[in-house]
Amino acid sequence: MMTTSGMLIVAEHNGGNLNQSTARCVTCATSIAGARIDVLVLGHECSTVAAQAAALFGVHRVLTVDRPENAAPLAAVLAPQVAELAAGYGYILGPSTTFGKDLMPRVAALLGVGQISDLMAIVGPRAFQRPVYAGNVIVTVEVPEGLKIVATVRTASFKPTPDGGTAEITQARVDAALPSHTSFVELRAGGGGARPDLQTARIVFSGGRGVGSEGNFALLYALADRLGVAVGASRAAVDAGFVPNDMQIGQTGKIIAPDLYIAFGISGAIQHLTGIKDAGLIVAVNKDAEAPIFQVADVGLVADLFQIIPELEKKLG
Amino acid sequence: MVCLKRVVDYNVRIRVKDDGSGVVTDGVKMSINPFDEIALEEALRIREAGQPVEVIAVSIGPDDCQQQLRTGLAMGADRAILLETDTEVEPLAAARALLKLVEREQPDLVLMGKQAIDDDNNQTGQMLAALWNRPQATFASRLEIADGRATVTREVDDGLEVISIELPAVVTADLRLNEPRYVKLPDIMKAKKKPLERQNLAALGTDMTPRLRLSKYEAPLPRQKGRMVANVDELVSALRDKGFFN
Ligand SMILES: Cc1cc2nc3c(=O)[nH]c(=O)nc-3n(C[C@H](O)[C@H](O)[C@H](O)COP(=O)(O)OP(=O)(O)OC[C@H]3O[C@@H](n4cnc5c(N)ncnc54)[C@H](O)[C@@H]3O)c2cc1C
Repeated sequence: MMTTSGMLIVAEHNGGNLNQSTARCVTCATSIAGARIDVLVLGHECSTVAAQAAALFGVHRVLTVDRPENAAPLAAVLAPQVAELAAGYGYILGPSTTFGKDLMPRVAALLGVGQISDLMAIVGPRAFQRPVYAGNVIVTVEVPEGLKIVATVRTASFKPTPDGGTAEITQARVDAALPSHTSFVELRAGGGGARPDLQTARIVFSGGRGVGSEGNFALLYALADRLGVAVGASRAAVDAGFVPNDMQIGQTGKIIAPDLYIAFGISGAIQHLTGIKDAGLIVAVNKDAEAPIFQVADVGLVADLFQIIPELEKKLG
Repeated sequence: MVCLKRVVDYNVRIRVKDDGSGVVTDGVKMSINPFDEIALEEALRIREAGQPVEVIAVSIGPDDCQQQLRTGLAMGADRAILLETDTEVEPLAAARALLKLVEREQPDLVLMGKQAIDDDNNQTGQMLAALWNRPQATFASRLEIADGRATVTREVDDGLEVISIELPAVVTADLRLNEPRYVKLPDIMKAKKKPLERQNLAALGTDMTPRLRLSKYEAPLPRQKGRMVANVDELVSALRDKGFFN
């Protein structure tokens, strides 16, 4: 029987903490039979992150490359290191977050192979499914024998692997020359604040153009904070300046899979729906009974959101 | 240099062919990939802000891509190049072909959309930057150029990241970089006279071997149709029945 060769997962982290997307990549990797899974942590003073990666169930070994150049996740700096360390592996996976989307194609090009973007299901060791056309179509992608498989994993399609691993942590050596043409300036944190992270939250409330203004979003925040849930938005709400960009859900924003998603004043454009179709329960509140979101909602309520939100706060809070 | 991909218009309802070999494109409205249109708009604004630059629009694909290039010329690009091919072009192959043009044209900046709305791959810009061994700034929502460098604000999951890159470089546009202009009739007339160079893609001599096989297209499983509730009380009990907020 043919066994697949080892897998390397590029960890996403912020220097202090491992992003949950990495645990989701591990679950994806464990579903591809027969492979040994290593996690690569590129960072600076990132031993906490390495320890968190080593604790993930299913991980065999954690490789770290600790150097000052790796303090910020710059694709141009990280890619040559990943490509060099990819030598012993048949699969190189990263999350389909902005981190992975930025980095992994650069790695694939250095390796001279294609990339499978947004890998959502495993058909066989070399065959996978991914969404195209904003999720309107699913395509099966096969990688010929002899080529390395580089992919970004659609995180909403895989549950995070639990803790319980005891992988060894080793320092990896890289010789690749790192470019100095790119430098990190700053990261301006988005709108989440103390609220739960959109991509990991169990419950997400979301507002669209129907919310009407930045000021009106306070109503939704108040309800969300009362119940301890995350808040997202449609592109229209972001474009109109009601909320920051990192709250956008959809084809060009975040793809999420909460247990419960409640959309207030969102019409349900296909580009938005592609971001929520893995949600457990979708609820829509919209004053237009014809809004397309009611075609996909599990529970729909035709009503004015300005009336419903305060009532919900009373009855749930 | 700005890359424009011809894609099925975003308003079209996509249908999978009965034999699963692809999606129906016959008689379907085609447009410039919306993200690429934003990339072109940005290049035009850089020129209009007084930088003495030429804006070259490039497309890879069948003869029909001339339509999208003409639209690009009508928006304001100075000239256009079509790399003609009737076969599917993977992102890596596109990046290799673009690199050839980059070597010939020596642009200060290559702009393109962060992803194409047909294959949603989000790869070509990064791959070109890798092969070219130059900086990349993906998902740009703000771009400032000064002294041979670009300061780019990027839309990332955690908020907005700002990076500084040396030119030449590849920048990929996100939706909020700008709002593309509408083309006016006189511009369409003028665009007809602008140069559009056609070159056979195969003649470039780049490695076009597909690295992936797209074996089957299918529609996703539809979600079960849900039910409507009449008021907040019913909504609350529906949520509680499912185990939420108990
Ligand atoms: C290339 C491309 C990519 C895109 N990517 C994304 C993406 O990632 N995410 C995304 O969301 N969109 C995306 N879009 C945009 C998408 O097509 C829609 O324009 C957008 O999702 C609409 O947002 P909306 O539902 O908030 O606004 P609208 O479509 O304007 O809907 C507002 C809704 O609010 C309802 N409403 C108004 N007032 C009230 C009230 N008082 N009470 C209750 N309901 C009310 C209305 O009935 C209406 O249904 C993309 C578009 C393109 C072209």
